[in-house]
Amino acid sequence: MAHNSTDLIYGERVTPGVAAEIRDRALWLRGEDLQRASGWIFKPEGFCKDEVCIPVPPARAAQFAAGGRYNLAALAELLGQPIVADEEHRVWCFGAAAAERARKLKSLEAPDFSLPDLAGEMHSLSEYRGKKVLLVSWASW
Amino acid sequence: MDLPVWQAMYEELGPKGFVPIAVAFDSAGKIAAEPWIVAAKPTYPCVIDMRHIVAELYDMVNVPNAVWIDERGRIVRPSESAGATDAFRTLDRKTFTMPEESMKQMQAKRLAYQNAIRDWVANGAASKFALGEAEVLRRMHTPGDDDVRAAANFRLGEYLYECGHREAAQKYFDTARRLRPENWNYTRQAMSLKDPANPLGASGPEFWSAVDELGDRKYYPPVEDI
Repeated sequence: MAHNSTDLIYGERVTPGVAAEIRDRALWLRGEDLQRASGWIFKPEGFCKDEVCIPVPPARAAQFAAGGRYNLAALAELLGQPIVADEEHRVWCFGAAAAERARKLKSLEAPDFSLPDLAGEMHSLSEYRGKKVLLVSWASW
Repeated sequence: MDLPVWQAMYEELGPKGFVPIAVAFDSAGKIAAEPWIVAAKPTYPCVIDMRHIVAELYDMVNVPNAVWIDERGRIVRPSESAGATDAFRTLDRKTFTMPEESMKQMQAKRLAYQNAIRDWVANGAASKFALGEAEVLRRMHTPGDDDVRAAANFRLGEYLYECGHREAAQKYFDTARRLRPENWNYTRQAMSLKDPANPLGASGPEFWSAVDELGDRKYYPPVEDI
C-alpha cells in the first residue's frame, strides 16, 4: 500500500495533490476527496451525483468502500470509464465512458462547452441559441 | 488557415443569423494560437481549446472539421471536413507548389462547402445540406472503447506536458495515436509538442511520412454530398 499525493483528472475536473491510497489497480480516497475530485458522494444507496445513484454490487461491496475510504477506480470500472495512470508522476486520468459519450452524441443535442478567447473572455455554445452555428476546428500546428 | 474565410462568411451571413465559432485545438494555448488570430482579426468567437474538449465532445479528428448546429441547438451535420480535401497531398515538398489541377480541385471543394453553408442559411431545414436525423446518425461516428481510451491517454499526455514532463507526455500521445490512428489531431498535436525548438514539427518530414503511410486511404474522408 502506498500513501500518495496524487493528481486526479476526472472528465473536465482536475484535482492536484489528493491524498490517495494506491493498491494495484485500486485508488482509495477519503469521502471529501472523492466528492472534490469526482463529484460522487457515497451514500447508503450507493455512489450518488446530482439525481443519479449507482448501487454497489453487494457481493463486491468491500471493493468499493472500506474503512472510510472509497475506491474511485472500481466505480469508474463499474461505469465503463477508461482509466490511465502514470505511476512515476502520480497522475490518474478518468475519461468518459464510451456508451455515455455515444448516447449523448446520438441524441443530436449539441453538447455545450465554455472556452476562452484570446482576451480570456469565455464563450459558451448555448449563448448562440437561435443562430445557425458553424462549429469549426483549426490549429496553429 | 481558414480564419479569414470564416470572417468573410460571417460578414456576409451574420445579418441572416449565421455565426462561425472557430475552436483552436492547441495544447500550447494562447502563445501558439495568438499570431493567427491577431492576423485574422475575427469579429466572430474564436476560442482556444487547450485540452481538445470540443474535439472529444463532437468526435472531431482533424482540422478543419466542422459540425453544423441549428437554431434549436440540434446537430444537422456531424463532424466532417470543412471543405478540405486530399489535394494537398500532391504538394511538391521541395518547391511547396501544387499542380494546377490540384489547386483547382482544392479551391472548387472549398467554394462548394461555402456555398452549402449559404444554402443552409438561406433555406434552413429545407436546405438539402441540412441533413435529417436518420442521415446525421448514419454519417456520425459514435465513440467506442478504444476511442475513449485514446482520449484519456491523450488527456493524460496533455496534463503531463502542461506540468513540464515532455518525454512522459509523448508516451501517452503515442498510445492515443495507436488506439485511434485516424485521429490526426492526436498525431499532429503530439508532433508539434515533441521538440520545443521546432513547433512546426507537425508539418515536417514526420508528418509527410505519416501521410504517405496512408497509401490509398484518405486523410480527409470525402464528404458525400458537397
